[in-house]
This record gives sequence, C-alpha cells and structure tokens, in this order.
Amino acid sequence: MARLVVMGGGVSGHTAATFAKKMLGKEHEVVVVTPNSLWNWIPSNIWVGVGEMGKKDVVFPLAPVYEKAGIDYRQAKAVSIHPEGNSTNGDAFITIEYTGQNREGQSESLTYDYLINATGPKLNFGATEGLSNGNGDVGEHTVSVCSADHAVHASHELKACIEKMKKGEKQTFLIGTGHGMCTCQGAAFEYIFNIEHTLKQEGVRDMAEIIFITNESFLGDFGMGGLHFKMGGFATSSKVFAESLYAERGLNWILGAHVNKVEAGKVTYESLDGEMDTQAFDFAMLIPPFAGVGLKAYDKEDGDITEKLFAPNGFMKVDANYNAGSYENWKASDWPRTLQNQDYKNIFAVGIAFAPPHPISKPMSSKNGTPITPTPPRTGMPSAMMGKAVTMSIVDMIKHGASEPTHTSSMAEMGAACVASAGKGLFSGTAAAMTVYPIVPDFEKYPGTGRDLNGTTGELGLAAHWVKHILHFGFLWKAKLKPGWTLIPE
Amino acid sequence: MAKHVKHIEPYSPQFGTMIPLGSQKFLRTCVLWQIVRFVAINIRMTILILKSHH
Ligand SMILES: Cc1cc2nc3c(=O)[nH]c(=O)nc-3n(C[C@H](O)[C@H](O)[C@H](O)COP(=O)(O)OP(=O)(O)OC[C@H]3O[C@@H](n4cnc5c(N)ncnc54)[C@H](O)[C@@H]3O)c2cc1C
Repeated sequence: MARLVVMGGGVSGHTAATFAKKMLGKEHEVVVVTPNSLWNWIPSNIWVGVGEMGKKDVVFPLAPVYEKAGIDYRQAKAVSIHPEGNSTNGDAFITIEYTGQNREGQSESLTYDYLINATGPKLNFGATEGLSNGNGDVGEHTVSVCSADHAVHASHELKACIEKMKKGEKQTFLIGTGHGMCTCQGAAFEYIFNIEHTLKQEGVRDMAEIIFITNESFLGDFGMGGLHFKMGGFATSSKVFAESLYAERGLNWILGAHVNKVEAGKVTYESLDGEMDTQAFDFAMLIPPFAGVGLKAYDKEDGDITEKLFAPNGFMKVDANYNAGSYENWKASDWPRTLQNQDYKNIFAVGIAFAPPHPISKPMSSKNGTPITPTPPRTGMPSAMMGKAVTMSIVDMIKHGASEPTHTSSMAEMGAACVASAGKGLFSGTAAAMTVYPIVPDFEKYPGTGRDLNGTTGELGLAAHWVKHILHFGFLWKAKLKPGWTLIPE
Repeated sequence: MAKHVKHIEPYSPQFGTMIPLGSQKFLRTCVLWQIVRFVAINIRMTILILKSHH
C-alpha cells in the first residue's frame, strides 16, 4: 500500500486528492492536510464582495465529502518536510499542526510515499505598510475578496458607502493591487466591473469616482505580458480591449504603481517614473502580493534544506529552468512540465505553490530601483489541470511502476479562461469572456503574438455571463463529488 | 451615434481606445445572438481544455 499526502485542499489540491482516490481505490491511501474546514470556490467571492451572493453560496464543509470519498482528512497545516526522514527513521515524512477536529495545536508526523504541495499562496498583506492588521490578515483601512469572510466584510463596507451616496455624499472607490509585485489582476479587474455594475443598479453611479490602481505597465497586461485577441479582422491588443471596457464604464486608471503605504482613506504609491503620489479613497479593495506559505524542509541530520526545496519567495522548486537569465533569454521551455521536484522525485508542487522560473510580464523597476512587475498568474483552471496531471503521473508510478512522470502540465502548453461577470439576473448581467492559449507566450511556435489566435479570444455579452454561472454551479458540483463529477472538465 | 457615446475628455487616457456603438451594445444583450455566442464560447473552451491536457 502506498500513501499519497496532499498538502492543501484548495482548487489544485482538492482536484489532485479526489482524482487520486478515485484512480487508486482502496488499495492505497490518500491523505489531505489542509487547515480549512470549508472548501471555497474562490472566483465567486467576487459576487459575495458586492452582496450578490452569501458566504453559504460559495463554501461547503470538506469533512463529509472526504469521508464519502474515503480520503483521510486532517484539518491541519503542514509545517515541515523531511524528504530523507530523520536520524531515527529513514521514511520521508511531514510534520503537521492541527487547526480543528478537536486537536487544535497538536503536532504530528505523517509519512508519505508521494507528496503533493498544493498549499497555494500566503496572502502577504504584511508586505505593504498599513495593508495588514499586524497579524498577517487584511488591515482596517482596506477590504479584500481573497477569502469568503473577507468578501462578506467587503460587501458590508460597500453597502455603507452606498447608503452614504444615497444621502448625497460622493465616494471614491479604489480597486486594484496593493504592492508592486502582485499577481491576480484579473480578480481586481472583475471586482471593479462588479462594483460599477452594483452602483448603477443602486442608482448611485453618478455619485462615485471609481479608480483602478495596478502594478501593470499597461491595462490588460494581466501578468501575462498582455495578449492579442482575434477581433474584427485584427489581432487586437488586450490593452485596447481592457481600456475600452474601462472607458465605456467611466473608470479611471493608475498604471505602474507600487502601493507602499496605506492609511485611513489614503494610499501612497510610487510610479514607474519614480514619482511618489497619493490617492484618497472612501472604499479600497487592494489585492495583496502572494508568497509561499512558509514551509520548512530538513535533511536526515535535521539540517535546514529549505533553500534547496524552495525559492526565496517560498514557492517550491520543480522542473523549471531557474537560470534563464534576463527577459531577452526567456523561453516557453523554461516553464515546468512535470512539476516534479528535481532533488526529491516523489515530491511535486501544483497550482500557486510551485515556483515559476520567472515572471511572464517584462520586469520593470521605477527610477529608484523599486521593482514594479506583475508576477505570473496561476489561475483556477491551470491549477486544477496541474493537480490532475500530477495525480495521473503519481498513479502511474504507484500502480504501473512508471519511473518518470507520465503526464505534463506546462503553462506554456495549456490555456486558461477568464470570465469577469457582473450581476446575477439571467438577462440583466454583463460579462467579458477571455481565453488565452498558451498562457505563457511561445514566440517560436506562434511567431508574431506568441499565442494561437484561434484560442485567444475576448468578447462581451450575456453569453459570457451565462458561462460564468455554469462555471460556478459546475465547479461546486464537481468539488462536492456529486454524480457525474468526473465528467466536468477542469 | 451621440446617443451611445458619452463625452470623452480629449487627451485623457480614455480618449485613446475604442468605444462600442449601438450595434455592438445591441448584440451584447440580443438573446438570440447571445445563444449563438454561448454555444461558440462553450465549443471554444472545450477545445482549449482538450488542447491543454497532456
Ligand atoms: C478574488 C479572487 C478571484 C479569482 N477569480 C478567478 C477566476 O475567475 N478564474 C480563475 O481561474 N481563477 C480565479 N482566481 C484564482 C484562483 O482562485 C486560484 O488560481 C486558485 O485558487 C489556486 O489554486 P491553489 O490550489 O494553488 O490554491 P488555493 O485554492 O488557494 O488552495 C490552497 C490551499 O492550501 C491550504 N494551505 C495553506 N497553507 C497550508 C499549509 N501550511 N498546509 C496545508 N495546507 C495549507 C489553504 O488553506 C488552501 O485550502 C481568483 C482568485 C481570487 C483571490
């Protein structure tokens, strides 16, 4: 009997664990270690953040799902990895610390034959002065939609602003990235879209100034160096597409901004030209930068090998080319394919947890040398695909004795879909649907724009809004392992 | 045309992009056309998914 331990029960880890259990059956053990008791369909937090949905619509308890599936669920956070065992025991293990199941604070060791790191991001609010509450969570001056609870709080704050506007008080909304090295611009893009829609529905749009603040050097960079869509006989830049969306809605934007301080009602930011500026706000939702969750690693003699397993940003090293050098030398082939750690071949990292070889967007810094560059997005669809591909490789290793991973999942060979949708009504909503293939441009394979123009598209309309609703219900259905769940694609 | 385009301040960043006109806006909410687009988006996403699994 082999034991697969999955650290992290989010989008990629849940996908990996549920498929692994299905493929491995009762003969082998699948353990999920994750600190949360509820599974959250994060993309729909955007709707919670404007009061269109409640927390209960986007979460469900994990325990019954794992019990039914036969997965050993530990409500705990992983603390350290010991890939060589220790001086008394040669078996590889991890240490965990319980956060629930009536064992809060207790520590335990868990041996593994295969390990998947799917721990996602640490929301690094602490990286920007005033963005955090001092304990690593979102601070009092801004709101967040990164978790369901954050989003509920954001919707209450939004409601309070709407009440003020109804009484004739003008409000400034600031939505975007809270640091020069953020990713996840898509979430901020979708949220600003929803804020504008909600204010319109509430009849107070003319009382609001809505501003997007971003570390992107142009609107529509999305951390992917921008993209081109096939549109009306042109390969049209995502810059034009995004600017058009914003201009049509009367939204303003601040580009190339590194927010370095947040105070009550005011942010201070440094621009790419090196200037310092401030922006006042009444309501601000700023995405924090992401880092690894801070796992440690030790060798057989208990020597610290964290730097061997993890990049300095805390993400796990896999089969990427980490020595690609400067932007001019970057290639699609720098991106990891098997997601296998090269020192310990039974360890894999998927989703946000793996260390990218470098950004996708061109690195930029301000005149003062402050880096202001979007870091690479690893959105839901690729994260789930990585989870499944790695699982299939591990299953082949366990069941069929494969010596190497049999499946690949490179961001330079896969696409992503992003649907930004506002409103709940079937006919009153609005949305932008974008697809990109591949996520990392490959200028050798697709000379010109670096991407397949047949797979890289963008359009607005009700249809995209319907697609987003189907994704919401479809993915929750799949994650709850309801009948036919395996038929719903990642 | 004026009905669909609000004033855009010349030389503002918003002035440098494309602004949808009536026909575009109509198509975005025309249910029949959107049903066609719905099918198209789903086909496109299915192809994307199939091309992405290795
Ligand atoms: C507001 C918002 C909107 C988004 N919208 C979209 C969208 O529309 N489409 C899209 O494709 N993507 C979207 N994304 C991105 C998407 O949510 C992420 O790409 C996806 O969740 C990444 O999956 P993951 O498994 O890597 O991380 P996560 O889903 O974050 O899962 C990580 C898991 O690891 C757990 N964990 C943390 N620390 C430990 C530890 N020490 N030990 C064990 N477990 C640990 C966490 O509790 C969590 O359960 C959005 C993100 C945000 C924030």
